Amino acid sequence: MNIIIVGCGKVGSTLAEQLAAEGHDITVIDTNEEAVKHVTAQCDVMGVTGNGVVHRVQQDAGIEYADMFIAMTGSDELNLLCCLIAKKSTQCKTIARVRNPDYITERGFIKEKLGINMLINPELESANEIARLFSIPSAIEVDTFARGRIDLLKTILPAHSPFAGQPIRQALGNLSGKVLICAIERDGDVIIPTGDDLLLAGDKISFVASRKEVSRFFKKAGFAKEHIKKIMIVGGGKISYYLARRLDDIGFHVKIIEIDKEHCETLNQLLPAGVTIIHGDGSDQSLLLEEGIEAADGFASITDIDEENIMLSLYVESNFRAKTVTKINKLNFEGIIDQLNLGSVIYPKYITAEMILSYVRALGNTTGSNVQTLYNIIGGKAQALEFNIRSESDAIGVELMNLKLKKNVLLCCISRHGRILIPGGRDSVQLGDTVVVVTTNKGMNDFKDILA
Amino acid sequence: MNYRMILYLLGWVLNIQSICLLLPVAVGVFYGEGQWKAYALVMALSLVCGILLTLKKPKRTVFFVREGFVTVALAWLALSLDGAVPFLLTGEIPSYLDAVFEMASGYTTTGASILTNVEALSHCSLFWRSFSHWIGGMGVLVFLIAIVPLTGGHIMSLMKAESPGPSVEKLVPRVRQTAVILYSIYISLTILEAMLLLAGGMPWFDSITTAFATAGTGGFSIRNASIGFYQSYYIQGVVTVFMVLFGTNFSIYYLLLSKRPKQALKSEELRWYLGIYALSVAVITWNIYRPFHSGHLFHAFHNAAFSVATVMSTTGFAINDFNQWPQVSRYLLFILMFCGAMAGSTGGGMKVSRLILLFKSSVREILSIVHPRGVNIVKLDKKRVGDDVLRGTVSYFVLLILIYVFSVLVICFDEFDIDTSLTAVAATMNNIGPGLGLVGPRGNYAMFSPLSKIVLIFDMLAGRLELFPMLVLLSPQTWKGGLSVIKRRISWNRKSM
Repeated sequence: MNIIIVGCGKVGSTLAEQLAAEGHDITVIDTNEEAVKHVTAQCDVMGVTGNGVVHRVQQDAGIEYADMFIAMTGSDELNLLCCLIAKKSTQCKTIARVRNPDYITERGFIKEKLGINMLINPELESANEIARLFSIPSAIEVDTFARGRIDLLKTILPAHSPFAGQPIRQALGNLSGKVLICAIERDGDVIIPTGDDLLLAGDKISFVASRKEVSRFFKKAGFAKEHIKKIMIVGGGKISYYLARRLDDIGFHVKIIEIDKEHCETLNQLLPAGVTIIHGDGSDQSLLLEEGIEAADGFASITDIDEENIMLSLYVESNFRAKTVTKINKLNFEGIIDQLNLGSVIYPKYITAEMILSYVRALGNTTGSNVQTLYNIIGGKAQALEFNIRSESDAIGVELMNLKLKKNVLLCCISRHGRILIPGGRDSVQLGDTVVVVTTNKGMNDFKDILA
Repeated sequence: MNYRMILYLLGWVLNIQSICLLLPVAVGVFYGEGQWKAYALVMALSLVCGILLTLKKPKRTVFFVREGFVTVALAWLALSLDGAVPFLLTGEIPSYLDAVFEMASGYTTTGASILTNVEALSHCSLFWRSFSHWIGGMGVLVFLIAIVPLTGGHIMSLMKAESPGPSVEKLVPRVRQTAVILYSIYISLTILEAMLLLAGGMPWFDSITTAFATAGTGGFSIRNASIGFYQSYYIQGVVTVFMVLFGTNFSIYYLLLSKRPKQALKSEELRWYLGIYALSVAVITWNIYRPFHSGHLFHAFHNAAFSVATVMSTTGFAINDFNQWPQVSRYLLFILMFCGAMAGSTGGGMKVSRLILLFKSSVREILSIVHPRGVNIVKLDKKRVGDDVLRGTVSYFVLLILIYVFSVLVICFDEFDIDTSLTAVAATMNNIGPGLGLVGPRGNYAMFSPLSKIVLIFDMLAGRLELFPMLVLLSPQTWKGGLSVIKRRISWNRKSM
C-alpha cells in the first residue's frame, strides 16, 4: 500500500518504521529537513521536505497514487486540514491525530461531514490502556484481540503461588480449556509451553482468557485478592484528564498531583468533583506521604519527563504496595527499562502506532487471511498475532490434533460468532473465525504461515 | 565497522560477477574460440568465493554510511582485479597490471585502452570489455539492491556511495523498487539502441557491443577506428543521440514515464546540460568547418555534435581525430571533460548539477560582498539546496583539483608532452577515455610506466565513485576503530586463556 505520513515526530517516525517493515511504501513529509533526513536514514522510506498542507508538496509525495494519508503533526488543525486537502485530490483513506478534547467530542461529526476515516487521540488511547491495567491489577500487561473480546494478559507468578513447581496441565486443573498459558518468560528466555512444562515462582506468564475467567485464574494462582480503590496520579496533562475521567466513571478515588497552578485550576474545572486535585511537586517525597501514598492502591507517573516518571515509579514500587504504571514518551532503551522494577510501562507512541497499524492491516485484508493485530509481547521476543480467516485453505476444518504446526507456534484462542473458545485437540478452525496465535518466530503474514 | 556484513556484500558482488562472466563464455562457445575456458575458470572461482562468503547471513546487519562507502570501494577494486584475470589467462594481455588497467577502464566506463590492436582480440574478450561498461554504468551494487532482498534504511547508503551526483534521491519509497526502475529504463534504452543500430546495417555483434559501450557511456569499441569504422551518417547519428541520452539523469525518464513531462522539462540541470551541449557544438562547428571540412557545414556539424557528445557524456567513442583540430576546439573539449554529464546518469565527470551549484554559490559570495546583509539562498529547481550539499560540492571540487594536480605530477615523470600528461589524467579521472596528444583518439595508454598506470587506475576508480568512497577507504580514520576492536579481542582472548 502507498502511504503518506505527514509529521516525523515520535509517533510519525515510529509509524513509518513499522509500516515500512510490514512491506508498505512510505513517503514522509515534514517541514523540518533534519527530521526527514533522520527518518530516511533509519528506514527505507522516501522523504519530502515541505508543508504537508500544501497541495504541491502532497503531489511531490505522490498523493495521486496514495492509498492512505496519515497526518501526525503536533497541531490538530494542521492535521485536519492536511487530510481535507488530501481527500480532495484522491480517494485515499485519511487518518488524523487530534488531541484537543474539544474536537474529540465532535468525533462523529468530523468523521461524517469532513470524510476523515479515523481520528486518533494518543492521550485518550494511553489513558484507556492505563485504566485497563488498573482494572485488572494483577496483570502487568494487557493486550486485547477480537475487538476487545479476548485479553492476553501478562503477570508475574507470586512466590507462594500454588502453581509453582507444578506442570501446567495439573496446575490449571478444571480451568484448562478456559485459560491457556501461551508463553513463559524465565531468565530472559521465552518458552512456548506445552501442558507438561513446569511453572516456577517468578515466571512472567502470558495467558489468554475470556474476561470472566480472568479473576478465577488469579484466585487459583494464589494472587492476593486486590481491590483497587484509591489511585494517585502524578502529572496533570491530557492523559491525566482522560484517565481521571474514566477512572472516576468506574468508581475509583482519584488524586492528581500537578505542579502548575493554572493546570490544576483547569483540571478542577473540567473534572467531576470526585477527583481531588493537589497543587504541588510530585517528586517531593514528603508531599507523596502527606497525600497518602501508603494507602494508595494504584500509582501512575505520567509527567512529561521520562526520567522523573521512572524515578517516581521505582520509589513507589519498592516502598509501597501500590500497583504502578509508568509512562515513557521518548526513551528508547527498552532492554534496560524491562529490567527495572517498574511495574507496568506504557509507551504512548507505540500505542498510537499500534492502532493505526491494525487499521492499515484491516484495510489490506479484505480478502486474505492476513494479520489483523500484532503485539510484540515479551520485549519483542515473542509475538501474538490475530488472523481473520477469510479464505479457504487446507488448514480449515482439520482437527487441531491432526494439524501440523511450525515449531514454537501456539494456536491459543478462537473467537467464533462472538464466543471465545480455548481450542483443544478436537476443535478446528472454521471460515469466519478470528484466531490468536502466539509464536517466537518472526515474519508471519498469513494464517498459512503457521503451518509446518 | 561491521566487517562481516561488508564481506557478505562483497560475496554477492562476486556472485554477480560470475553470472556476468557467463555471457563471454557463451559468446566464446558460440564463435568456437578456445578462450572461453579462461572465462569459465574465473567464473567458477568467483562463484566458489562468492558462495563461501554469502553462505551465512550475518546476524548483525547494522550498517552505516562509512560501511557503505568502504563496501562500494572494495567491491569495485575486487571487480577490477577479478575481471582482469581472464585477459591474463587467454594471453591476450600478457601483463597483469595492463589487464587490470583495461578492466578498471571497462568497469569505470572510461574506455581508455592499453591495446594497440583491438581487432586482434577474440570475440569473447571483446564482448567482456564492452559488457563491463554496461555493468559499471549503472553500478553493481545498484543491481545487487535490485535483485537481492536486503532490508533496512542502511541500504540507501550503498546506493548513495555508488550513484553519481551531489545528492542522490529515491524515485519511489523503496530503495529496491528504485533500483528496479533504474535498471528497467537502462535495459530498455540499451535494447532500443541495439535495434536502431541493427536497422542501420551494423552486424549483430557490433551493434550489441556498441550499445553496451554507449549505455555505460564507456567507449570501448571493437574496431581500431572506433565508430569512425562505420562510414554511415545514420549509425554515427544514432550513437550521438544515445550518448546524449545516456548522459541524461534517469529520473527524467522516470518522470516522463509516469506522465509528468512538465516537471521533467522544467529540470534546471537538463536545460543547462542541453544548453552547454548546443553552445559547444555551435562554437566547434564554426571553428572547424572552414579549415577541416572545406566549408561543408553539415559535415562539420556532424563531427562537432559527435565529439562534444562523446566528451560531455564521457563516453569516449571517436569518428575523427579531434586532436588535429584548432586550439579553441581542443581547449573547449578539455574543459568539457571536467564538466561531464548529468547527475544520476551513467556518465562521469564533475556533473552539470555540481557546476550549477558551484556557479550559484560563487554568485552568492559576490552578492554578499555587494550587499553584506543580503540573504541569498541557493536554489535548484526552485528548491533550497542544503548547506551540507553545497559544502560537499565545494569540497568535492577542491579534492578533484588536488588529486588531478598530483596525478599529473606523477605522470610527468614519464616525460611526455604536457598536452598528453594533462589530458591523460583528465580523460581517465572523468571516465572519458581518449584525451589529446599521444592519448588522443588515435593513441592509447600503453606507453605509460607501471607507476603511472597505477595512478591512472586509482583516478579512474576515484572518478567513477566520485572520490569519496576511495578516499574513505584509504583514510586511516576509517580503520582506527576497527583495529582497536581486533586488538581488544585478541587481548581478551589471551586473558580468558
